[in-house]
Amino acid sequence: MKRKLLGIMLSTTMVAGMLSACGSTTTTTTTTSETTTEAAPAEESKAEETKAEEPKAEETTTEAAAPAADEGKVLNIYAWNEEFKSRLTDHYPGYTEVDATTGTIGDVTVKWNITPSTDNAYQNNLDENLLKQADAAADDKIDIFLVEADYALKYVDTDFTAAVSDFGITDADVANQYKYTQDVMTDSKGVLKGVSWQGCPGVLIYNREAAKEVLGSDDPAEVQKAVKDWDTFSATADAMKAAGYNMTASTNDSYRVFSNNVSGKWVQNDKVVIDDNIMKWVELAKKMADEKMTSTNDLWSDDWSKGFYPDGKVFCYFGPAWLVNFCMAADVEGSIANLGGWGATEGPQGFFWGGTWICGATGTDNPTLVGDIMRQLTCNEDIMLDIVAKDSDFVNNKPAMEKAANDDAYAFAVFGGQNPLGMFCKGAENCDLSNQSAYDQGCNEEFQRAMKNYFDGNATLEEALDIFKKAVVEKYPNLTAE
Amino acid sequence: MKKKSKVVSYNKWGYIFLIPFVVVYLIFQMIPLVSTIYNSFFENYRSGLLQIGPNFVGLKNYATIITNGDLPTYFKNTMIMWIMGFVPQIILSLLLGAWFTDPSLRLKCQGFFKTVIYMPNLIMASAFSMLFFTLFANSGPINSLLLNMGVITEAYKFMSHVWSVRTLVAFMNCVMWFGNTTILLMAGMMGIDPSLFEAAQVDGATATQIFYKITLPLLKPILIFVMITSLIGGLQMFDVPQILTNGSGDPTRTSMTLIMYLNKHLFSKNYGLAGALSVYMFVITGILSLIVFKFTNSKDSK
Repeated sequence: MKRKLLGIMLSTTMVAGMLSACGSTTTTTTTTSETTTEAAPAEESKAEETKAEEPKAEETTTEAAAPAADEGKVLNIYAWNEEFKSRLTDHYPGYTEVDATTGTIGDVTVKWNITPSTDNAYQNNLDENLLKQADAAADDKIDIFLVEADYALKYVDTDFTAAVSDFGITDADVANQYKYTQDVMTDSKGVLKGVSWQGCPGVLIYNREAAKEVLGSDDPAEVQKAVKDWDTFSATADAMKAAGYNMTASTNDSYRVFSNNVSGKWVQNDKVVIDDNIMKWVELAKKMADEKMTSTNDLWSDDWSKGFYPDGKVFCYFGPAWLVNFCMAADVEGSIANLGGWGATEGPQGFFWGGTWICGATGTDNPTLVGDIMRQLTCNEDIMLDIVAKDSDFVNNKPAMEKAANDDAYAFAVFGGQNPLGMFCKGAENCDLSNQSAYDQGCNEEFQRAMKNYFDGNATLEEALDIFKKAVVEKYPNLTAE
Repeated sequence: MKKKSKVVSYNKWGYIFLIPFVVVYLIFQMIPLVSTIYNSFFENYRSGLLQIGPNFVGLKNYATIITNGDLPTYFKNTMIMWIMGFVPQIILSLLLGAWFTDPSLRLKCQGFFKTVIYMPNLIMASAFSMLFFTLFANSGPINSLLLNMGVITEAYKFMSHVWSVRTLVAFMNCVMWFGNTTILLMAGMMGIDPSLFEAAQVDGATATQIFYKITLPLLKPILIFVMITSLIGGLQMFDVPQILTNGSGDPTRTSMTLIMYLNKHLFSKNYGLAGALSVYMFVITGILSLIVFKFTNSKDSK
């Protein structure tokens, strides 16, 4: 009897404990969120006060707006690669790196949550955490997350992304930025929700060695003559093939140039529409693949990257500044980029590719710091010019870039001392993102993947298009593709 | 107060010892199973960050899967790759098992070899697959080897041909699982009464005769077990082809298995369609297992 009683008591306490634990967490979180919203203005004003005092205390963070003492102690940043981290480490005043996934700004710990984009892992992770944002503990809330142009609209047009004005970024602050970088991040109500430090107009990046050998000159203007439109591009591809070079590393290299110059969105009225210009890409790519002027390797694959080295025998890549400085193995001995063996020219058509935007998450507990990071990296001309000089990036500051375009000090080492900024400036002016849709990423990926079957000769064009339509509907069940 | 029974009942201990299993089974098997079936009747997915549903749609998901004609294709792919891997696997395992258990051969270092053949199973399938992906890349080591040896004049695109991809998948599955099958079959063979072998030898039976007339028939229960588990494992084939083809099942989706197809629906968190697909797979697996069981068991009943 006694034992039974004890058993009942133990089990009831356990169950009660579980129940009460569940109950209390919900109540605490709701109360904390309420208090934070209520106390926010008070905290802000306090923050202002502490800002004035902090610099004295900490010499290292002089320039940085010292984060308010009352705001969160943890800054969670979600990213898919190390790019933003290296920008912050190198250029944000007061950032000290602790280890690979943490750093500090003043007394705030910066936590990096870096998930690669492979197989959509980055977005899956981000989505789950954004949906939980409201219930998360203050220190676990996402403060900053990064998005790319291909799927920016997916996040921008939701309440999960906060307006940059919430972080104290004014129109005057962002006046020097390229307009297209803001168009991407403006939601359907006209609110700006993210900013970027870079502009991503693309150029044709060519192998100087190959240009000298086949075209007789590696001067950008001369090379441009050989690639000025798609017909001459094809003719040059013939010449390259004869000399043992692949025109591009893969059929997919030229994809962006066509997909950025479309006449309509991928998805119109919930229906997938394949633009004529994209079909033109299919035609060109099929021809190049059949005549072995290029390969059908996937972008980012090892085979694709072979062209970063002289032995890879690739004439050109299409890409923006980040491709050269961040992806083309510039720090590896013996790579073309390392030897300064690339050149840049405008190519057959203007285009843009990618770009990383900084978004502040709704519900962040570090609004002041988030605002300051945005301001320093995307509006501070000195820091931005520093990024150009150190990382060969093209930054999102029109006057600064136009000045730098005529300054030999900003020549790119990877381009063998050529200063491509003028080309980028022109490209950024002409960037048009009006044909972006929230489904671009899935459509672009699946289209290239499906067409590979056609280029490899495993499917007819019809079959390949069917595979594409099938794949898109699988990804986005709300769309139709007939 | 109840009057105490004089007979001490041990029955309740049976039930008490069953509790852990029943609880684990309910939580990790029964609830997911039921909720999968439940989910399959709803339209329930995410478009971007926007949740759509769950709306009750009856059997619509089942109808969608039947009408778009994908299920038979992917089922066929799965079975082809499974059979391509299973046939050599079972032959190899029977051979190795027979050698290891044959006392007249007196194989040395048995423990070492048994460990070695089991090793591939310890590697994570995805790592193994990644290794093959790199090995057989267009400019990978295998291609450079063949080029240097003069076997081929131009890099062979292993990933762009239907049968090379399927063969690679089958080969990987075979290498990964033959050790496991060998161990199982060996256990079965060692369970056979040695006096039967001796009697056969005394009667002058050859090794081949012993294998076919004694070992195989008596091994049947284990063989059925191996067949069924391997079949179920084969139907659930996922990681090897997924990694090898980058999730695409290319060329032209000819190496896409049922579970890879299921995984495609998880991009949009499409629990409805994925649920319906899972139910179909549940039924298919059940039917196939029954067929294997009946087929291999039928002669015994005589």
